[in-house]
Amino acid sequence: MILLKTVNLRKQFGETRACDGIDFLVNKGEFLSLVGSNGAGKTTLVNLISAHLQPDSGQILLEDRDITFTTVTERIKAGIARSFQIVNLFDGLSVFDNVALSIFSREGKAVKMASLAERDREVRREALEVLGQFGLTGKTGVPAGGLAQGERKLLDVAVAYALRPRLLFLDEPTSGVSTHEKAQIMDTVSSVVRRGMVTAVVIEHDMDVVFRYSDRIVMMHEGTFLADGTPDEIRANKDVASILLGAPLTS
Amino acid sequence: MKTDVISRRDRSLLGPAAVSAAILLVAILLPSFVGTYQIQLVTYGLIAAIAALGFNLLLGYTGLLSFGHSAYFGIGAYTVAFVVQYLGPHSMEFYLLVGIPVVAVMSALFGYICVRHTRIFFGILTLALSQVVYSLALKLYWVTGGSDGLRIPRPTLVLGLLSFSGAHGFQQFITSYYYYVLAIFVVAIIFMWVIVHSPFGKALQAIRDNEVRARFLGLRIRRFRWISFLISGTFTGLAGILWVPLNGLTTPDVLYWTFSGEIVFTTLLGGFRNFTGPIVGGIVFTYLRTYAVATTEYWQLLLGAVLVALVLLLPTGIVGALSKAGQRLSERKR
Repeated sequence: MILLKTVNLRKQFGETRACDGIDFLVNKGEFLSLVGSNGAGKTTLVNLISAHLQPDSGQILLEDRDITFTTVTERIKAGIARSFQIVNLFDGLSVFDNVALSIFSREGKAVKMASLAERDREVRREALEVLGQFGLTGKTGVPAGGLAQGERKLLDVAVAYALRPRLLFLDEPTSGVSTHEKAQIMDTVSSVVRRGMVTAVVIEHDMDVVFRYSDRIVMMHEGTFLADGTPDEIRANKDVASILLGAPLTS
Repeated sequence: MKTDVISRRDRSLLGPAAVSAAILLVAILLPSFVGTYQIQLVTYGLIAAIAALGFNLLLGYTGLLSFGHSAYFGIGAYTVAFVVQYLGPHSMEFYLLVGIPVVAVMSALFGYICVRHTRIFFGILTLALSQVVYSLALKLYWVTGGSDGLRIPRPTLVLGLLSFSGAHGFQQFITSYYYYVLAIFVVAIIFMWVIVHSPFGKALQAIRDNEVRARFLGLRIRRFRWISFLISGTFTGLAGILWVPLNGLTTPDVLYWTFSGEIVFTTLLGGFRNFTGPIVGGIVFTYLRTYAVATTEYWQLLLGAVLVALVLLLPTGIVGALSKAGQRLSERKR
C-alpha cells in the first residue's frame, strides 16, 4: 500500500536541477534507503516532502491527499517527521526535555504555561519510554549539548520519533561517527522504527549499512532516479556499480 | 525517615526553597533594622528586579535582545500618571487594575510588529518603537507635561485602608509600600518561575537554541515569541506602575533608550542565563548606581567601567560566576 507519492516533482537552484521530475513512491511499513553521491538531490527531495522547501512544480500526495502546499506544522500533523544531516538539538535543554517537547508539541500541550513541564505524568512516562528504546535512559538529566556524538545522533532520531510520525525521514543518521558506532546506531534505529510500525526513509552513504538494513533502495543521480529495487537487485545493477566506483562516496 | 518519602525531584527543590524562605524572612524583618532611606532603595531594587525579570524572559529564555523595554516601563508609569490626572481615585489597586491591561495591550501590539524579525533587526525595531513613544511623551506636552513630566501623589494602599498624610506620612508610606511591592514581587517571581518551567517555557528555550528544529516539532515559532514578548513587556510595565508612586514623578527619561540600556545592563550584571540573575542584578544595579551618583559626578564613567569589566571578566554575570564557583567548591570537596 502506498503511503507517499510524488508526481513529477521539480526544484531548481540556479542552473542546477536538484530534483528533476521525481516520481517517488514510499510503501507503508518499509525501511527505504535513499542513496547517491553528494549533490544527487537526496536532501532536496526530503526538504521538499517535509516542507522545508517549496517545489517549483509537481505534486506531493500523502495517501492520495494533496499536501504540496501545506505548511511544516500541517505536514507534521499529517504524520511526516524528519531529522537533519547536521545534529539539530536543543543544547541548553536536558535530554529528557528534548524528547518531552516533541510529545508536548504533538499533544498540543506546548502552549500550557500554568503547570510545570516535568509534572505531566503521561508525557514523562512516554518520554522515558522513548529514551529507553534509544538507549539513553542513563542520560535523561544531562544537557543535550553535553552528549557524545553517537548519543547525539540517537537523540536526534528520538526527538523526531517522539512525534509518532507515520513517515520518518532520517538524513544521514550515522554521519560523523565511527564504523563501529554506525552499526550500533542503525541497529537501534531500525529496530525501534520497525517495532513502532513507522515507515522510514533514510539518506545514507555507507553502502554496507544500506545493504544490511534496507527493504528497498532508491539511487539518485543528478536530480533523477537511477535505480530502485531490493538490496539484491541494486547490488546486481551495473549502472549503480559504475556510479559507486566513478564517484567516491564520501560523507 | 520522612525524607525517604519525598521523591528525588522534590528534594532537589528543597535547597532553593529553604534559601528563598530565609531571604524572604530577612526581607520581612528588614524595616526593623534599617532606616527609611535604605528601605526606599531596596524597594527601587525590587522594582528593577521585576523589570529585569520580564526583560530576561525575552533575552535569556527566548533569545531575543530587546533594546526598547523602556517603552513598557514608561507606558506603565505614564498610565498611572494619566489615571491620576484624568480619572481621579488615588488608589494603588486602581492603578494596577487600569495599568496592567494597558501595558499588556501595548506589549501585544508592539510585539506583534517586532517578532516578525530576529537578532539585530528585532533589536532595532524595539528601539525604534520605544523612541516613537519617547518623542510622543516629549512633544505632546499638553497631555504629558513634556520634559517636566507629571506628578503623582502618594496613593492609598489595600483598597484605601492605608492612607498616608501628616507629619510621618512619608516614612509610613515607604515602609508600607515596601511590603506592598515585596508581596507583588514574590507573586511575580512565582509566576515567572512557573512560566519558564512550563511546557511553554521549555518551548521558548527550544526556539532559542534551535529555531529550525523547533519548527520541525510543529511549534509555531512566531506565536511563541509573540506571547513571550507580551508577558515580558507586561512584567516590565508592572515595574513601571510600581515605580511611579515611589518616585512621585514621571518624565520622558524613563522612555528614553538609555533607560532600555539600563535594563539590559541590570540583567547582564546579574546574569541572563540564570533565573535569579535579573533579580540579583536589579538590587545590585540600584545600589551601584545610587552610590556611584553620590560618590562622583563622573558616575556614568564608573558604570561604564563596571560594564566593560563585567563583559570581560564575568560574562555570565554575578549569579553565573557564583554558581560556577559553588560547583567547583563542591567538586573539590568530593
